Amino acid sequence: MTQTLTHEWARFTPVQRMKRYVALLAVTLVVVWALGSIDVIWEWVWDAPIQLVDLFARMVPPDPTNLPSILEATWQTINIATIATMIAVVLSLPVAYISAQNTTPNVVCLWIGRFILVSSRSVNTIIWALLFVAIFGPGIIAGIIAIMFRSIGFLGKLLGEAIEEIDPDPVEALEACGASRFKVVMYGIVPQVMPAFFAISILRWDINLRESTVLGLVGAGGIGIILQGAIDTFQWQEVSMVLLTILALVITGEVISSALRKKLL
Amino acid sequence: MTTQTVWRKPPFIKSPTVRWVFYIAVAVYVIGTIATLPVDWERTAEGLTRAQRIFSGAFPPSFERSGLLISGFMESLKIAILATTLGMILSVPLAFMAARNISPKPVYLIGRSSFILARSFHPVIVAIIFVKAVGFGPLAGALTLTVYSIGFVAKLLAERIEEIDFGQVEAMRSVGASFFSTMIYAILPQIMPRLVGLGIYQLDSNLRASAVVGIVGAGGIGATLANAFGRYDYDFALAITMVIVGAILISEAVSGMIRKRMT
Repeated sequence: MTQTLTHEWARFTPVQRMKRYVALLAVTLVVVWALGSIDVIWEWVWDAPIQLVDLFARMVPPDPTNLPSILEATWQTINIATIATMIAVVLSLPVAYISAQNTTPNVVCLWIGRFILVSSRSVNTIIWALLFVAIFGPGIIAGIIAIMFRSIGFLGKLLGEAIEEIDPDPVEALEACGASRFKVVMYGIVPQVMPAFFAISILRWDINLRESTVLGLVGAGGIGIILQGAIDTFQWQEVSMVLLTILALVITGEVISSALRKKLL
Repeated sequence: MTTQTVWRKPPFIKSPTVRWVFYIAVAVYVIGTIATLPVDWERTAEGLTRAQRIFSGAFPPSFERSGLLISGFMESLKIAILATTLGMILSVPLAFMAARNISPKPVYLIGRSSFILARSFHPVIVAIIFVKAVGFGPLAGALTLTVYSIGFVAKLLAERIEEIDFGQVEAMRSVGASFFSTMIYAILPQIMPRLVGLGIYQLDSNLRASAVVGIVGAGGIGATLANAFGRYDYDFALAITMVIVGAILISEAVSGMIRKRMT
């Protein structure tokens, strides 16, 4: 007896397949539009690999003569990130409290909280830094405030979500015993969000370390100032030294923060 | 028999010595750092009057030069689209290289270190290097965001590959399929939803970042913003910022909707 395969196996139905082709076509059209109308000088594109290799060739070997001042600026960068994170953590607590659905006192507070979170997060650190350099003048203060402004939105949002996910039973039990609002928060909510709170703060510190390496490029302090100076004077070997330092800084920060988070959770 | 009647909250760090050393160390660091900050307090104190001047200059936002605004924004959009496409194409092979379960150790290390390197540098630093190498304009921006996309997409994609159901790979191997067809038929279908999701997320994220890399000369709306700021056109700068924020909110909503419908 011979058996014949009547059906060819197919992963998708014809309708599904059509939908996938249409989506693929749409994506292709968008990419072609972008590629066709972008204002790029194509000779530079073909030239780019040669230029890049040339640039990197000028960067080796890294020049360590300025290492003491590079390390000093690195320390300043660490301080900007750490101090700004600490202040932002404190300031984000009330914002998180009023922007979480289950703890907010009323709808007006909820919307104020949401507004603070959205406006803080939708403007990038560098743009905040640009503004604060114009206000406070170039220097470390503008950098700290810029990082702080950006961090409040991030911390407040994640912390608010953590508050929304708590188990309501301890809160109800405390309220049933007639505990004051303050005690309900201290004993019913804080212990539940404590681990999330530390994990989020450490994560943000790690991000801020990375962000504060570029603050100097708009004049807001840290290692970016040295980088900018070296680039402007075409000292490529010093540039590569600064880049190596930043690489070491960021990787160390990541190792520390992931070790701390693992210990906490 | 007497028992302690007052309940105390258990402290976060159990050992009292460690706890106090920790508190004191933090206090010393904070006080020491803030006291030694190289701050020009006079200049900082002038901030309030300056802030007032900037904000009064910024209101009302000026949309007079909206032609410049729209062309800058379209350029940012194009940069983001091209960088996302190129970044995704390059991320797939890198992610395969950096997946522990399918790559030999040396290849794995090359893959991993390439996107650790891509992630370590802030896009603004990468942008400066590209601007010096290939000149001002959208090309430098697109290259920068390609590097940025690789750092994120390849990392998460490699993690997804490490979680795949390995049975399908073994089945393909046992019938003697080549390495290439194993990848296409056993691994790619399993990671495809994640790849598309990451692509949408990355487009959103690249649009945001393209506003920033423009500040150092890599094209797009950021370049327009930096120019407006440099020429003290604060009303135009506010208009640009409002458009950037609006665009980010819209793209966040759209990408959230698409991702919700896909899953």
